[in-house]
Amino acid sequence: MQGSTADQNQADIAYAATVETAEHHSEHPDLRLFGFIVFLVSESMLFLGLFVAYFAFRVVTPEWPPEGTEELELMLPGINTIILISSSFVIHKADTAIKKSGDVKAARLWFAITIAMGATFLAGQVYEYNHLGFGLTTNLFASTFYLLTGFHGLHVFVGLLLMSAVLWRSRVPGHYSETSHFGIEATEVYWHFVDVIWIILFLILYLL
Amino acid sequence: MKVPTAILTLIIGILITLASLWVSQNNDVLLPIAAASEAAEIDRLFAAMMAIATGLFLIVQGALLYSLFAFRRKSDDQTDAEPVHGNVPLEIVWTAIPAMLVLWLGIYSFDVYQSIDSVGTMGSHNMAHQHGDMEQVADADAATMVTDQGQMPSGALSQAVATETVEPLQVNVDGLQYAWLFTYPDTGIISGELHLPVNRPVTLNITARDVIHAFWVPEFRLKQDAVPGQVTHLNFQPTEEGVYPVICAELCGAYHGAMKTRSIVHSGPEYQAWVDSQLVANTSRETVAQSVTASPLEHHAAAMGLPDHLHDPHQSDLAQAGHSHSAS
Amino acid sequence: MTEAQAPHLEEVEVTPWREYFSFSTDHKVIGIQYLVTSFVFYLIGGLLAELVRTELATPASDFVPRETYNELFTMHATIMIFLWIIPTLTGGFGNFLVPLMIGARDMAFPKLNAIAFWIIPPTSILLLCSFFVGPAAAGWTSYPPLSLMTNKAGEAIWILGVILLGTSSIMAGLNFLVTILKMRIPSMTLNDMPLFCWAMLATSALQLVATPVLSGAMVLLGFDLLVGTNFFNPAGGGDPIVYQHMFWFYSHPAVYIMILPAFGLISEILPVHARKPIFGYQAIAYSSIAISFLGLIVWAHHMFTSGTPDWLRMFFMIATMVIAVPTGIKVFSWVATVWGGKLNLCSAMLFGMAFVSMFVVGGLSGVMVASVPFDIHVHDTYFVVAHLHYVLFGGSVFGIYAGLYHWFPKMTGRMLNEFWGKVHFAMTFVGFNICFLPMHVLGLQGMNRRIAEYDPKFAALNVVCTIGSYILATSTIPFVVNAVWSWLAGPRANSNPWKGLTLEWTVPSPPPVENFEEDPVLAIGPYDYGTPKALDFVAATLAPAPALAADSLE
Repeated sequence: MQGSTADQNQADIAYAATVETAEHHSEHPDLRLFGFIVFLVSESMLFLGLFVAYFAFRVVTPEWPPEGTEELELMLPGINTIILISSSFVIHKADTAIKKSGDVKAARLWFAITIAMGATFLAGQVYEYNHLGFGLTTNLFASTFYLLTGFHGLHVFVGLLLMSAVLWRSRVPGHYSETSHFGIEATEVYWHFVDVIWIILFLILYLL
Repeated sequence: MKVPTAILTLIIGILITLASLWVSQNNDVLLPIAAASEAAEIDRLFAAMMAIATGLFLIVQGALLYSLFAFRRKSDDQTDAEPVHGNVPLEIVWTAIPAMLVLWLGIYSFDVYQSIDSVGTMGSHNMAHQHGDMEQVADADAATMVTDQGQMPSGALSQAVATETVEPLQVNVDGLQYAWLFTYPDTGIISGELHLPVNRPVTLNITARDVIHAFWVPEFRLKQDAVPGQVTHLNFQPTEEGVYPVICAELCGAYHGAMKTRSIVHSGPEYQAWVDSQLVANTSRETVAQSVTASPLEHHAAAMGLPDHLHDPHQSDLAQAGHSHSAS
Repeated sequence: MTEAQAPHLEEVEVTPWREYFSFSTDHKVIGIQYLVTSFVFYLIGGLLAELVRTELATPASDFVPRETYNELFTMHATIMIFLWIIPTLTGGFGNFLVPLMIGARDMAFPKLNAIAFWIIPPTSILLLCSFFVGPAAAGWTSYPPLSLMTNKAGEAIWILGVILLGTSSIMAGLNFLVTILKMRIPSMTLNDMPLFCWAMLATSALQLVATPVLSGAMVLLGFDLLVGTNFFNPAGGGDPIVYQHMFWFYSHPAVYIMILPAFGLISEILPVHARKPIFGYQAIAYSSIAISFLGLIVWAHHMFTSGTPDWLRMFFMIATMVIAVPTGIKVFSWVATVWGGKLNLCSAMLFGMAFVSMFVVGGLSGVMVASVPFDIHVHDTYFVVAHLHYVLFGGSVFGIYAGLYHWFPKMTGRMLNEFWGKVHFAMTFVGFNICFLPMHVLGLQGMNRRIAEYDPKFAALNVVCTIGSYILATSTIPFVVNAVWSWLAGPRANSNPWKGLTLEWTVPSPPPVENFEEDPVLAIGPYDYGTPKALDFVAATLAPAPALAADSLE
């Protein structure tokens, strides 16, 4: 309800303060990071939907994975997981470097290392795909396995593209600084997101 | 003379209540006849909801119509109306009353749902997942099964529900593009129409072969999706003899609208006569058809024998219709 | 509208028509792009509906082939939902109004906004092109396994189209959420926002949370269709019910995406034309949020006959019925807003009041179908068809029309013709009720939906429905002619023809690029009608620019 006293006050302030407050053509603050996080919330709903579907399929299927499905190897994905999780710490170094001292050089180095680690992860994934005993359409378990890991892999790949874009842009001196570093920050948030998704995936696909 | 507002409100309230009550008593033209014991309960629920809906409908529409004429702006009046921002007690009232109404309606619906207990899904199981391809199961079962013409219900499901004094009649319902198949596991009868004895409990075990269908008899007020790979159940008791449509209510393809058959509720003797006539027909066919099912779980097997039974008088139109449809 | 042309008319810059065909980042241009594009699809979707009704004029399948019939109603629903109601309400009105109402110069992310719009034309053309290969024919719900078996090429296009349109919808929702939360003028708290912005806030949250799950379902369905996986195909061990859950997890909230903004429009329109504050601002605002939240946990009421476990049915029944409470609060508040007002019964107000009236019918039948035992009877019948059209046509479309009549002067700088507006209203109202009211009875009596042929005993009522649908189709003619004519040559509108108190009425009609010359300051609540301040405010909006600031200084 429009409380009348509150309105009165507001109106008074409004009437009195018209001249000062009206800055001409004020620029609104940078909302990109906030928007990007909202986007990731939405994106996580996509994964949540797929995870829930995975569990639903698991519940309705008497034996999971279905009889005759080759056991998943834990060694390679385990190493992959360690690489991906550590890369989150590495990319955070870049963020700290740019925020604390505007050290673009250090940030570039950390980004390059993260790219290398992400690429290793993807290569490991491809290697695993090639050596699995089941294909995409073998059975319901196989389909969900490939779909979930593939979808995540796609996100890792996009992350690599984002990081490469940041590296490319950072050639221009002053593009990133202590105060302006949306690209670096957003990429870092994204990379953490991809990481968290992988941890959940690894838990439900390999361990549970 | 000016009538006091309180009295006017009271009169309007009484009129609206009377109208609601009238609607709740006279809405049977809206529904087809109730031919199953469960239908009466649902109709009472419908009547109660209609009464509430009528009351709310009249209040809202009446207020809007009244405003339309009473509060029309005079053409020379450029002023605003009195600034009323809200009325907390009134808002509490119109939050609380609907809240209580829906709560009551929820409990009532739950109650009706419990009492009709028509739609048991707990027993449903996923055939496809347990046995792989359904058709293969059917083949295998048909091959290994000892043909049993006996009247003994041998299926697990029949035994599970055999707690009541009168054992429910088991019928396996199979939906396929674009026909219904009804298999009576106790007798091995397969029919394109659903024949039921009056006043005896019935359990339908429903599944589908190709796409999702939905079994619906409006006069029974019952509907259940037929999902391929799963068996769902309907329990009810027909109470009125007659012929009712069996309709597929879930879009199943081009001929969805044509996928219907009849449900015939017989008197006891009539039903027995029908069963006997079917058994005679069946026995004469026994030499040709290797398999007639005795267990509800294997009714798919019986369905596999469909071509052997095409000369069944009840089934032939339907089956042919189905074939010509799928051909076109 | 003599007073509309009243005291003065400043010369305003009119957006050159080429701008509307460009990748413009101006939220007003994008809003109008959405409105016009989706109205074209409304006409196309309406044409499909008329073909459907013509087929149903007789019990036999004798007008179009049965396969075509299924394609027609599938595309009718798809177009009406994804290309008409959602883009018009969120994209069209949301884009045009939200920044103006909160005093912003544009949306938070103008480029993203333009991209979200420009996804729609190619996608919609793609969807229409599917008519050349045989479009999707498994209903807009596209339940597998049927959707995996009919018109594969059309189904693939449909899946791609839904994913793209969903993406566009997510982009728009993201933009609105950030804009509303972060770009209000400093003097406007959330509780000073016009109710349309509250509705858009609730809507965009739903778009963001629910739409991705639909995309997930579409990806899985696409794999089943094109690659041969068996997620939803029982023949290969999949489960079609999982699809239904994923689909309705989006598609029930989609109903609220389609109705909440219309609620918001009505909450704006009724007070202006009743010259009375909205009744119970906070109740209406928070009930939008409540509906949005509850809307996320009721999806399985579309699956009461699918073999859902009993306890789930009961949970979803109760949750669904609870939605009636916040919805009821809104309806009663609107009635109380109108009650005791001084009603200006222009076309916008007529559509606005008809919205309340028709939506109540849809709401009441909605509570009825929420009751599991009753729903088991009427699920997938014409009762449901009647219910959904009372909500989506009697609700959303009446709301859209009310909004178009109300804001047309602001959008184009021209007034619509009132006489033809009322003709349009009368035809729409009468045609709509003739078309859809009898469907309740048809459904109760036993006519199932999505059928090209039906029992001859339903023939009489179906003829009535078809006649109603023809009246409904004809009713768009006066509107289209009126809109086109008025846009080109209608009388000029001043900046505040309805004497509204929200910020969009403080700028010229049509508003200039970047909307506000100077950041506005909130001088009055959005619904403070009947106060002396309101008179001052309206007078200021009608005075020559830059009168507003000058007036405030006095």
